Amino acid sequence: MKKLINDPNQVVDDMLAGMVEAHSDKLKRLPDTNVMIRKDAPVSGKVGVISGGGSGHEPAHAGYVGKGMLDGAVCGEVFTSPTPDQILAAIQAVDSGKGVLLIIKNYTGDMMNFEMAAEMAEAEGIQVAKVVVNDDVAVEDSTYTTGRRGIAGTVFVHKIAGALAEQGATLAEVEAVAKKTVENVRSMGMALTPCTVPAAGKPGFELGENEIEIGMGIHGEPGIEKTSIQSADEIAQILLNNILEDLPLKEHDKVAVMINGLGATPLMELYIIHKKVSEILREKRIHIHETFVGEFMTSLEMAGCSISLLKLDDQLSELLDAQADTIAFKK
Amino acid sequence: MLWDVEQAKKWIKRLNDKIQENKAYLTELDQAIGDGDHGLNMARGLQEAASKIANSHYDDLGSLFKDVGMTLIAKVGGASGPLYGTAFMKASLVLKDRKEADRNAFVAAFSAALDGLKMRGKAQVGDKTMIDVWDPVIAWMKSHETIRANELVDLSKEKMEDTKELEAKKGRAAYLGRRSVGHLDPGAVSSYLLFASLAESFEKGESAP
Repeated sequence: MKKLINDPNQVVDDMLAGMVEAHSDKLKRLPDTNVMIRKDAPVSGKVGVISGGGSGHEPAHAGYVGKGMLDGAVCGEVFTSPTPDQILAAIQAVDSGKGVLLIIKNYTGDMMNFEMAAEMAEAEGIQVAKVVVNDDVAVEDSTYTTGRRGIAGTVFVHKIAGALAEQGATLAEVEAVAKKTVENVRSMGMALTPCTVPAAGKPGFELGENEIEIGMGIHGEPGIEKTSIQSADEIAQILLNNILEDLPLKEHDKVAVMINGLGATPLMELYIIHKKVSEILREKRIHIHETFVGEFMTSLEMAGCSISLLKLDDQLSELLDAQADTIAFKK
Repeated sequence: MLWDVEQAKKWIKRLNDKIQENKAYLTELDQAIGDGDHGLNMARGLQEAASKIANSHYDDLGSLFKDVGMTLIAKVGGASGPLYGTAFMKASLVLKDRKEADRNAFVAAFSAALDGLKMRGKAQVGDKTMIDVWDPVIAWMKSHETIRANELVDLSKEKMEDTKELEAKKGRAAYLGRRSVGHLDPGAVSSYLLFASLAESFEKGESAP
C-alpha cells in the first residue's frame, strides 16, 4: 500500500483537520466529532439538511456543506457508516427549530445508524424527516432484499433539497422535493481498478489486467458482470442503456447529466465518456439542461466512472440552477 | 449455578480477545462478500468496550450490558454497531438491577437481544446474516434446562458454517445474489465468536445457570 497518510487509523481525523484549515470560511468541525457543519449553522428560519456516510468518497459529503446545499455532513470511518451519536450531534447543531432532513444512501449500516439517530433526536423534540437515495440501477430492486444502493445521484438530492431549504420551505416541502429527486435520478458505475481501504492495507477486490466490472458500487461491491476492457463508447453505451431502461425518457424531456470519476480517472477519460453520452441523448432528442463532469462521489483511488441522469421538471431545474456555495459545488 | 458480573466481564474480555485474534480473518470474509470492514470495526468497538468495563465497577449485570451496548453503538459503525449495540441494550433491560442471572433471566436476556437484532436488522432466518446463528441458538437455550458450554459452542459453530451455502438477502452481500453462495457470512462468524466466548465464561467450562 502506497498512500499519502500518516497512520491508517487516523486518516479521517487528519483529513477533516486539513479541510477545516483550508476552508474555515465555509465550514467548521463540531468539537470532538467527525461532523462538519456550515460556519453559520444553525441558520435561523431554515430547515437543516444533513447527509453523511463512510469517508473515502470525497468530496462527498463534507465538500457539499455550505449555502444552498448541506448544513452538515457526518463523516464515518473509511467506507463505514458514521455512528448514531455523531449523527445526533449533527442534527442538534443544525436544527434551528424548523426541523432537519436526513439524506441517507441506501446501505444497511447507514440506514440503521441514521434511523437510530433520528429516533434519539425525535425523543429530544427535534422534528426529523428522512429520505433514502437508491439510484444505482446495477442492483436489482426488490422489497425482499436490501435494495438499490445510493451512489453519485445523491449529489443532485443534496443540491435540490438544499436549494429549497435555503428558500425557507418547510420540512415537509423539503422532504417532498428530495423524494421527487430520488424518484427521477438513476446512476450506474463501472470500475477499471480496485481501491485499498487504508486500515485494511490491501485492495478490497481484484480485477485482472484487462478486466473491468460493470455496475461496480462505490465501495467495490460487485455489479452486474466482470468483463474484458471495451472502448469508452461501448462502456458509455452499456451504462446509459441500463439507466434508460429504468428511467423512461421521451423526446424533448429535459435532464441533468453527471459524469463522475471514481478517484483515479483522468478528466480526459470522463469527457470521452460524455462525448458518447451526449451523442446518444441527442439521437433520442433528450435535452441536456446541464452537464457536470468531474469527481463528485469517489471511491478512494478506484479508476472508473459512473453516469447519472436526473429527469427535470420546472421545479427541479430551477432548484438545480439556484445559488450554491460549497467547496465542491458552486452555482 | 448463577451467571454473575464477574463472568460477564470475563465473557467480554474473551470476546474482545477472540475478535482481535480474528480481525484480519473477519475482514477477509467481508472483503469476499461485503465491504471489507467487519473485522476492523468489531476490533475497534470491542477494544473500547473491553477497556471500558475493565476499568469500571458494576453492581448489576444490566449496567454492564448497557455500557457495552452504548460503546458498541458509538464505536463500531457500519451495520454491526447498531446491531450488536441494540442486542446488548435490549438484554440490559432484562438484566436491570440483577447482580446475577439464573437460567431463566439468562435466557430471557439473550432472547431480548435476538428480538433487538430482528427489530433493527429486519432480517429473517435464511437471509445469510447473524440471525442464522442467533435464532437457533436462542431457541436451543429456551428448550434446554441446562445450557452446556460445549453444546453452545458446537451449535453456534454448526449454524455459522451453514451460512456458507445460503444466498444473501440482507446486508451488502445481498448485492452478490447467487455469487454470495460458498462464502461464510462475516456477521455469523462474529456471532459464533460471541457465543463461543460466552461458553468460556461459564464456571469451570461446565454450564450456564
